[in-house]
Amino acid sequence: MNPELASPSSSSDRRISVLARHLAGVEMDSKNDSISAFPTSGSDNNSVFSHVVRGPEDPILGVTVAYNKDPSPVKLNLGVGAYRTEEGKPLVLNVVRKAELLLVNDRSRVKEYLPITGLAEFNKLSAKLMFGANCPAIQENRVTTVQCLSGTGSLRVGAEFLAKHYLQRTIYIPQPTWGNHPKIFTLAGLSVKTYRYYDPATRGLNFQGLVEDLSSASSGAIVLLHACAHNPTGVDPTFQQWEQIRKLMRSKGLMPFFDSAYQGFASGNLDADAQPVRMFVADGGELLLAQSYAKNMGLYGERIGALSIVCKTADVAARVESQLKLVIRPMYSNPPIHGASIVAAILKNRDLYNEWTIELKAMADRIISMRQKLFEALRARGTPGDWSHIVKQIGMFTFTGLNSKQVSFMTKEYHIYMTSDGRISMAGLSSKTVPHLADAIHAAVKQVV
Amino acid sequence: MASTMLSLASTTPSASLSTQEILKGKARLGSGRVGTLLNKEKGNPFIKAKSFGRISMTAAVNVSRFEGVAMAPPDPILGVSEAFRADTDVKKLNLGVGAYRTEELQPYVLDVVKKAENLMLERGENKEYLAIEGLAAFNKATAELLFGADNPVIKQQRVATVQGLSGTGSLRLAAAFIERYFPGAQVLISSPTWGNHKNIFNDARVPWSEYRYYDPKTVGLDFEGMISDIKAAPDGSFVLLHGCAHNPTGIDPTPEQWEKICDVIQEKNHIPFFDVAYQGFASGSLDADASSVRLFAARGMELFIAQSYSKNLGLYAERIGAINVVCSSADAAARVKSQLKRIARPMYSNPPVHGARIVANVVGDPALFNEWKAEMEMMAGRIKNVRQKLFDSLSAKDKSGKDWSFILKQIGMFSFTGLNKTQSENMTNKWHVYLTKDGRISLAGLSLAKCEYLADAIIDSYHNKFCNNVHWYYIPVSFDWILDPGLHKSK
Repeated sequence: MNPELASPSSSSDRRISVLARHLAGVEMDSKNDSISAFPTSGSDNNSVFSHVVRGPEDPILGVTVAYNKDPSPVKLNLGVGAYRTEEGKPLVLNVVRKAELLLVNDRSRVKEYLPITGLAEFNKLSAKLMFGANCPAIQENRVTTVQCLSGTGSLRVGAEFLAKHYLQRTIYIPQPTWGNHPKIFTLAGLSVKTYRYYDPATRGLNFQGLVEDLSSASSGAIVLLHACAHNPTGVDPTFQQWEQIRKLMRSKGLMPFFDSAYQGFASGNLDADAQPVRMFVADGGELLLAQSYAKNMGLYGERIGALSIVCKTADVAARVESQLKLVIRPMYSNPPIHGASIVAAILKNRDLYNEWTIELKAMADRIISMRQKLFEALRARGTPGDWSHIVKQIGMFTFTGLNSKQVSFMTKEYHIYMTSDGRISMAGLSSKTVPHLADAIHAAVKQVV
Repeated sequence: MASTMLSLASTTPSASLSTQEILKGKARLGSGRVGTLLNKEKGNPFIKAKSFGRISMTAAVNVSRFEGVAMAPPDPILGVSEAFRADTDVKKLNLGVGAYRTEELQPYVLDVVKKAENLMLERGENKEYLAIEGLAAFNKATAELLFGADNPVIKQQRVATVQGLSGTGSLRLAAAFIERYFPGAQVLISSPTWGNHKNIFNDARVPWSEYRYYDPKTVGLDFEGMISDIKAAPDGSFVLLHGCAHNPTGIDPTPEQWEKICDVIQEKNHIPFFDVAYQGFASGSLDADASSVRLFAARGMELFIAQSYSKNLGLYAERIGAINVVCSSADAAARVKSQLKRIARPMYSNPPVHGARIVANVVGDPALFNEWKAEMEMMAGRIKNVRQKLFDSLSAKDKSGKDWSFILKQIGMFSFTGLNKTQSENMTNKWHVYLTKDGRISLAGLSLAKCEYLADAIIDSYHNKFCNNVHWYYIPVSFDWILDPGLHKSK
């Protein structure tokens, strides 16, 4: 790489440097990079942005964009994982409304900047929620928790920290995983590898492949783990399998980075859904955890989550926290207060907390019942294939096993909107709409290969 | 080349990072790496970190994987706040605060904001994800506020607007966009500027260099120096300009000077990049405070503008702002917007809804909008009154004939007093007045009642304590500007 490219003074130098970046393998979606004439070269006087091509819609969020454009009265949005009621409406939890009322009526509340690390009360409560109130790591001050912008923000801040300070810059992500994961880690400066996870043959976990791939991972590498309700497959390891994963990872010094977006949403029980994470904390080892309250408290648009790093000692945790601030400050200075205040108000109040657990369980139960209904509907139609994975998988999503051609067919003919990997959001279904979906799947399976 | 190295050197004082390493992405220009570098025992982090890693990997699990992480330096501003809190003297005054305070020195939530929040709760709006680019109603309102609803750039749909996390977040989106689409282009920033600007460009891996701005001799603008430095930069550089109420100096170019700045930027095919954190808050008039931006837009230029509603709507903690990119065509604006989205998605997916709705509600309702304008005039008015009172007190008490009128000429929340580091320390140690070491005071934290006392402190510090007759106006250590607000923040 030519060091003279450091501060090019001419447009041709800059064109060369764009090329050089491609050759150096800088991670980008290269099909969206233009290497045409640099704008101030004088050949195009109209715009300095003439070389900026139009980016495609985000594959997941773009589904909603497409859905919104469709005028069909039977259209169904099973794309993004946002909970819907039986009436197909978004839901704001009662307990959230109560908390908001409390906040708005509290005249002592101000809108002063939060600290860089966010609302302290929220941070403590979030750590306790995931790790358990009596967790020794918390009592020993070995955990640093910083408020971040939901799951995405927590992952990004954690990844930037690792890229700056951790010995290894490789992260292993499961195959498949949430579509935004690779982009987050790549832009943070990590290099992304995969480990086998989903087995299309069984529509379950490829445990052997997982173990083989983690065993051959470079020592000390980072490993992304979905804490529960794996997105997009809905396939989770059993507790025994988690224990094996834990032992394997600790023996190789692999650094766990948990993504927890569905605590309480998977089984309906907050503690049960936290077990895998707690196993890793209980062995005294270190880990990173990204938490989101988007789904389990329905606070999607408030962007509220937390990054926790469990360290060996309190001294390390303090130093790590100080460095996390240096990542956050040039990104957005300090996090937004509203969502954090709502979560803190609920978690610290016994009555609100209990109400929350009840509403959470109701959401989880509705999803479980949708799974059952869809399964029965397909059985009733005699749709070819084994559809039991619909009831075996857990959480908001089902990995149907449908291929992208079948998905296109369903969108075109039945106005069903879902991601092209065959993932459907069960949260977007209702008893009324299950038959339509079942018809669509049936037709797709029979007519499209 | 030299200027790029200069920008790196000023943030990594104890290591020389080759630009090759930076291009390869190995060097982290962010302060995190500097934190490690400052720990002298670790030596060169690029070598030491690896070997330490190998040792720790073969050692027992007892050693933390993060053992090599150094404690980042304590925040100087937080240190000021902490010292202020610890100070038991009744006369103590905190002028480090970058948030508006009432005459009673209390934080202030605008009435229109409370009304908007009550409306929002009554309506029972949902909390669904916003689009990646944010709340459409907010984006429309914010662009119209900045340019005026009838502005050709709006009518021709030539502005790409994406909701961002207040000023910082919007600057960061733009910086990431510049890094991706204008590789190697540098950003020229004023000397001095808001300290976080450098951190933002460092972490986004955009090289920067400085243009002269503050003239300590006149406690005013070094206009010749500014023009000269902008001319000397490579064509097609980005020029970071403060739309109004320059932070930290409070010194803004005159309208005539803005025209000349625009001329030279056009000559050099530079791209203007405005940071607008005080629209309406500086003069009290939303339109007047946007005149610099509108001037550039009227010239048909393409430009970037980062906006914040932290101060003018008192929405500090809600993190609400926007990045606007004025393009030469609607098509270019659509393309640019789509690429800004691709930067936001892997950073935080989509922005927070609450602050956006507050702004949209206030701006969208004529009654609330008028009330807002009145509250903003009130806030700006209070600061102007305080400036006047401070000037009057200084002029009355100081017999040396020194010209204190810069206090009246400067605008916005902050004033650069011209006090150096030693003098500033005297302010704190002797007078219990807390300010940043560059002599910047926040007028937002000053009440009329305290002006006389402050005048005494300033006069005493100015005349009785100085350091080699040299005025320090900028401390070139990267962390003086890192903020951990707690209760206080500058900007």
